[in-house]
Amino acid sequence: MPAVSKLDTAGSFETADFPVPNGREEEWRFTPLRRLRGLHTGPDGTEGGEGAVSVAVEAEPAVRVETVGLDDERVGASFTPLERVSALAYRHAAGATLVTVPKETQVERPVVVAVRGERPGQAFGHTVVRLEPFATATVVLDHAGSATYADNVEFVVGDGAALTVVSVHDWGRDAVHVAYHHVSLGRDARFRGHAVTLGGDLVRVSATVRYTAPGGDAELNGVYFTDAGQHHEHRLLVDHSQSHCRSRVEYKGALQGDDAHAVWIGDVIIGVGTEGTDTYEYNRNLVLTDNTRVDSVPNLEIFTGEVLGAGHASASGRLDDLHLFYLQARGIEAEEARRLVVRGFFAEMIARLGVPEVEERLTAAIERELERSA
Amino acid sequence: MSTLEIRDLHVSVETETESKPILRGVNLTVRAGETHALMGPNGSGKSTLAYAIAGHPKYQITSGTVLLDGEDLLEMTVDERARAGLFLAMQYPVEVPGVTVSNFLRSAVTAVRGEAPKLREFTKELSGAMKSLAIDPAFAQRGLNEGFSGGEKKRHEILQLELLKPKMAVLDETDSGLDVDALKVVSEGVNRFSASGEVGVLLITHYTRILRYVKPDFVHVFVEGAIVEEGGPELAERLEAEGYERFAKAGASK
Repeated sequence: MPAVSKLDTAGSFETADFPVPNGREEEWRFTPLRRLRGLHTGPDGTEGGEGAVSVAVEAEPAVRVETVGLDDERVGASFTPLERVSALAYRHAAGATLVTVPKETQVERPVVVAVRGERPGQAFGHTVVRLEPFATATVVLDHAGSATYADNVEFVVGDGAALTVVSVHDWGRDAVHVAYHHVSLGRDARFRGHAVTLGGDLVRVSATVRYTAPGGDAELNGVYFTDAGQHHEHRLLVDHSQSHCRSRVEYKGALQGDDAHAVWIGDVIIGVGTEGTDTYEYNRNLVLTDNTRVDSVPNLEIFTGEVLGAGHASASGRLDDLHLFYLQARGIEAEEARRLVVRGFFAEMIARLGVPEVEERLTAAIERELERSA
Repeated sequence: MSTLEIRDLHVSVETETESKPILRGVNLTVRAGETHALMGPNGSGKSTLAYAIAGHPKYQITSGTVLLDGEDLLEMTVDERARAGLFLAMQYPVEVPGVTVSNFLRSAVTAVRGEAPKLREFTKELSGAMKSLAIDPAFAQRGLNEGFSGGEKKRHEILQLELLKPKMAVLDETDSGLDVDALKVVSEGVNRFSASGEVGVLLITHYTRILRYVKPDFVHVFVEGAIVEEGGPELAERLEAEGYERFAKAGASK
């Protein structure tokens, strides 16, 4: 039975179809709009400025890297914007960076897409990563510098292909980034996503997963360390409109410092007429100081009785006194005990990344955070 | 030679509404070379005594002293007590996700010995200690107590005891939840630890079963937060035959 994805019926490429958000909308209610520097109104709005963000791709010769116009048929084919900022980014992007991994090609070295804020002011981008059937690759999206940036990234994973994406948001402290990651999975395709969010003033990443055929498998992992005054928002939507697909969403974050704010929204839809869906989503937050705020909202909508497994869990809390007592009772000083527990909290997620350079970077970043809070 | 002295110890637990007294004047001295069994019914405050000595934040010392070789343990932080030579084998060891057993043990050994052991020597020492407790070497890379069965947790407590080599070991119901084979393995570990004659053991238990393998020099009966009777190993045999009923009544009439 052909299933219709909500991702197709709700969206639009027309900016005018989306009113300027006022902050009361479900999808914007956790986001401090005033800190978006007009990204939600657009460059014609109050704060239109000419920013610049550069995108450079480093890849093995087997990988095809092109810069194309938005009118290229391979651009904008896998998604429809669901929010105004996504539509704005599509309309105002100067072109698209297109990365193609040809059929049955196994790319050994990670493809690195370096996104750098070069000049302040609003900037918009578009990237497409396409894996043709039975290709495998790892792509690192590495964001740094100062920017006010909104972009769409399409991940089109062909039949039997396997794509791992590590998206590192290591922006300068003043950056604002609103990102839309659109994952589209063919038959028996596999996607492993890892969001690593450390920097920025405001980072808001919305990832959607659609299955275009049965057998797709998506794992979305995330790690964030949210410091004083930072807003880190991760929104996930997995649409099980096809049968026999699997999804796992697992995000872990730590917060420290006044007004650190982390938002996690995990939406999973299991569509009408589907069967054999296996899904689980999970968010955990470690609250290291007072005056932080966590909003963690898992949503599971099921429109069928034929589900293999579906569940979600969310927990936010302080370091467990019993953990600390146990380690201290073995002679380990309080501060060292605290570090061991925080490192342990992230250990599994870091080990899962599978890209040693990023693992080392993240480990070092967490150590720096722990120094800061010592 | 080490001595643990507990003098007139009173301990309360803070609840939302009140401060509830649990220990009502405990007096006990454990010297190096001695094994003491502290036995009592459920809810008598045995575990409270163990946790209070180790410094668990939940328990409030209202009066009394605890000295290890003349030094006031109650003035020390939890980790200082451990480095001073106190060890508590816990009844319910917590799971600490993501902290591997080997990483944890190396941190603990480094803290207690005051210097990091050489990696190669430590690895050898660890695998030897794990072998004698019949612990699968693969556990070294697992999260601390994560997904361990009750028996595995208890064996890991004794592994820590053997590696940290404290002066005084308080074993809180280390025997509970063990089958006979595991009980033997754990008891052998305790006996290896105390074999030097230079360390003291305070064995807290509800049952006499473990005393067949770990021989106590002294037995204390603990009821309603205080020691109500003391004697040699023969007291344990009497408890085995008669149970705690007699003492429970004695405690209630106080």
